[in-house]
Amino acid sequence: MLKHDIVIIGGGPAGMAAAVAAYDNGVHDVVILDREEELGGILRQCIHNGFGLHKLGQELTGPEYAAVYKERVLERGIKVYSETMVTAVTEDKIVSARNRDGILKIQAKAVILAMGCRERSRGALNTPGSRPAGVYSAGTAQKLINCEGYMVGKRVLILGSGDIGLIMARRLSLEGAKVEAVCEIMPYSGGLTRNIVQCLEDYNIPLYLNTTVVEIHGQKRVEAVTIAQVDEQRRVIEGSQRRIDCDTLLLSVGLIPENELTREAGIAIDPITNGAVVDENCQSSVEGIFACGNVLQVHDLVDYVSDEAERAGMGAAAYVKGEQQTSSLIKTKAGRGVRYVLPQRVHTDQGAVSLFLRVTEPFGKVRFSVTSGDEVLSTALRLKAAPGEMEKLIIPAEKLAAIRDEIIVSLEEC
Amino acid sequence: MIYDVLIAGAGVIGAMAARELSRYQLSVCLLEKENDVACGASKANSGIIHGGFDPEPDTRKAKLNVEGIDLLYEAAEQLHVPYKRNGSMVCAFGAEEEPAIHALYERGLVNGVKGLEILSGEEARQLEPNLSSEITKVLHAPTAGIICPYELTIAAVGNAMDNGVELKRNFEITAIKAQDEGFVVCSSQGEQVQGRYFLNCCGCYADHIAELVDDAFYQIIPRAGEYLLLDKNEGQRVSHTIFQVPSKEGKGILVTPTVDGNLLCGPTAQKVEAPEHTETTAVGLAAVQRLAAKSVPSVNFRQVITSFSGIRSSEKGGDFIIEASQKVKNFVHVAAIDSPGLSSCVAVARQAVEELRNCGLQLEEKGQWIAEREDPHCFRKMTDEEKDAFIKANPTYGKIICRCECVSEGEIREAIRRNPPAWDLDGVKRRTRSGMGRCQGGFCSPYVMKLIAEERGISMEQVTKNGLGSEPLLKKL
Repeated sequence: MLKHDIVIIGGGPAGMAAAVAAYDNGVHDVVILDREEELGGILRQCIHNGFGLHKLGQELTGPEYAAVYKERVLERGIKVYSETMVTAVTEDKIVSARNRDGILKIQAKAVILAMGCRERSRGALNTPGSRPAGVYSAGTAQKLINCEGYMVGKRVLILGSGDIGLIMARRLSLEGAKVEAVCEIMPYSGGLTRNIVQCLEDYNIPLYLNTTVVEIHGQKRVEAVTIAQVDEQRRVIEGSQRRIDCDTLLLSVGLIPENELTREAGIAIDPITNGAVVDENCQSSVEGIFACGNVLQVHDLVDYVSDEAERAGMGAAAYVKGEQQTSSLIKTKAGRGVRYVLPQRVHTDQGAVSLFLRVTEPFGKVRFSVTSGDEVLSTALRLKAAPGEMEKLIIPAEKLAAIRDEIIVSLEEC
Repeated sequence: MIYDVLIAGAGVIGAMAARELSRYQLSVCLLEKENDVACGASKANSGIIHGGFDPEPDTRKAKLNVEGIDLLYEAAEQLHVPYKRNGSMVCAFGAEEEPAIHALYERGLVNGVKGLEILSGEEARQLEPNLSSEITKVLHAPTAGIICPYELTIAAVGNAMDNGVELKRNFEITAIKAQDEGFVVCSSQGEQVQGRYFLNCCGCYADHIAELVDDAFYQIIPRAGEYLLLDKNEGQRVSHTIFQVPSKEGKGILVTPTVDGNLLCGPTAQKVEAPEHTETTAVGLAAVQRLAAKSVPSVNFRQVITSFSGIRSSEKGGDFIIEASQKVKNFVHVAAIDSPGLSSCVAVARQAVEELRNCGLQLEEKGQWIAEREDPHCFRKMTDEEKDAFIKANPTYGKIICRCECVSEGEIREAIRRNPPAWDLDGVKRRTRSGMGRCQGGFCSPYVMKLIAEERGISMEQVTKNGLGSEPLLKKL
């Protein structure tokens, strides 16, 4: 059995940033296990720009952003096992993997989970109709177009207005396809405002809210889809059905953190985020196993993935060096208007803590408040808040030190 | 070349017939209209090996189902097709339905089904804790089992091919000329094959084929059944196959584990105009969910990974048709093989071969018939040490292509090469399970396309999902 101090599963933005942070915090025996030939993860297919504004102070494409971190990994001499698939992680931190050289078993002192997420498929939506070619999840189409260089269709309907769906609407238009519409079952888009403007409005692509695909037509290849409006309970409004001819249906209907390994390792999962339950250092319910990036919570900006991964890397390094926190853990909880709060629990003696959260629905001007018992730990004003944009609130160290009761984050409209 | 026997239709019946005939010194050609085998009823059904208590006594169904079970288990062993004797339970909800349980029990005894027992609701829940508390009486059939129907079909065709049977795909029969010497069969592509005997195993299209020789004494009623397939996370919800008391429509909605560890719920039973109509419907899928939850209330339908609709070939007589044509010499019909067709498939195939013999076909055994097919899953079954050694000798087995089902490049290449070779994405999926997991091919399909293109020496744009016209890619950018 091989031995390494820190084993990182996944070589996307989270895995790379975690590796660099762990290394820079004094643990040099760090390895990354990655499925792909090259580091970078999904960033490699995201050839549009908009990456790095917060983290690197410049606007980069996905591959450029990945290249920055890849460089940092390589210049530190961090070992990367590429084309290596992890098949199991145990509670005692034995990582099993497979690659062209054979079966690998590594005893780690700490493990960082950075496997990212997968797209919800047509099957999970249960969309009725036939099963022809031409139904793609948006990310698969993105990979085929941007990495493999093949066009997937001429007339496209996109279901789901998450960021990947919006980005792909623009990408397909640029390659000459006619994007008939983007349909969104919710009354609002789940994507970033800047993407709605830059990817739909600039290309005159209609966005139909409260609308979904109710049937797929075509024997061998998609010939059309039927779309329909839905009511507040997301039930189809009879009579609103409309057939739209197209040869391609793109699905951008949600991302699911890939936590199969996590579950098998016996790590507690938050039913809302579908990621591990963690503390402010991204440590899971199993000591020495950390999680960061989209496997922990689905992010909208890679910059925040890198931030989170750095916390995980630092946390794992501290764990390996035996510098663990000793204070008790206080739970966090989503209150009014808040869908989830991460981390789900925090130590009180580790200085200021950042909380990340998403709201339940779009709001105008709101005031967030973080409370514990009667104590208000912090407040923040926002001109608007939307589920598509993650919020960050900071609890100052001096406020944290004294609390005993669970921390509740809620908002009120003002 | 004039073949001794032409078999039309590479579903499970045609496949098993091909395998049976491959035992003998005969030239056999299997004609299939689709791009792959197992593309009709055999691709999408419940995958149940029925106990045999359901068919009316003294029917072909009753006889061949009970006879067929052990033959099928034996064939599955030889072909290395995974199966499981997990037993089935038919559930009655309340006193009104209980007489049906007793009637099935009695019928089972007449049909010769072994091991049948009637359990109280309590006793059944001891064996199967997630059964509904509303279930009051259960017929337990321990001989029943589960098997993957398309894997069985693929394996049987593969084994038949290993024994010399020829497979012609994309051969849609448009004309059959009966001559003195036998038959000249024409395809929509203008091809011709000749054979002395003709075995019609065309499933839902059997009556169309019968019409071509002016012998359509039966009419197939295609019926569609919709299913929901759930993630392996739900695969442990039940261990038996759970039926409800049957109605006129069929055996009702079942909840069953699959041999691959998923949970399967369905089917509905809907008459359709044509066998191509395998669309799922909102109404049908909702019904599956509602009725499956009646038997097993705790099924978590948020774990659905795909839905599909399968087709069955019913006929108003209600029994299997396995008989030589009264009008056309040396022509045998095998039709209306709906449930329990999978359970009976080997017995049906043997009966069909018997009919051919009665027509005059000489059956002389081959010197060396290969009964076994090499296990396509031998790699999956290895221990870590064995896998390690195998990968060192065959590095492509170390490269995982499908993460959800853990399928390697080596296994995919092998599926594209060995009999019957996979030609398209669906073919690779059915042979290797690549793309069959929770992400439904989101990650692996671009890689699988590349492997197919490379192995076949075609371009990426020529790779299809399931034959001509189903190309996922439009053009190179």
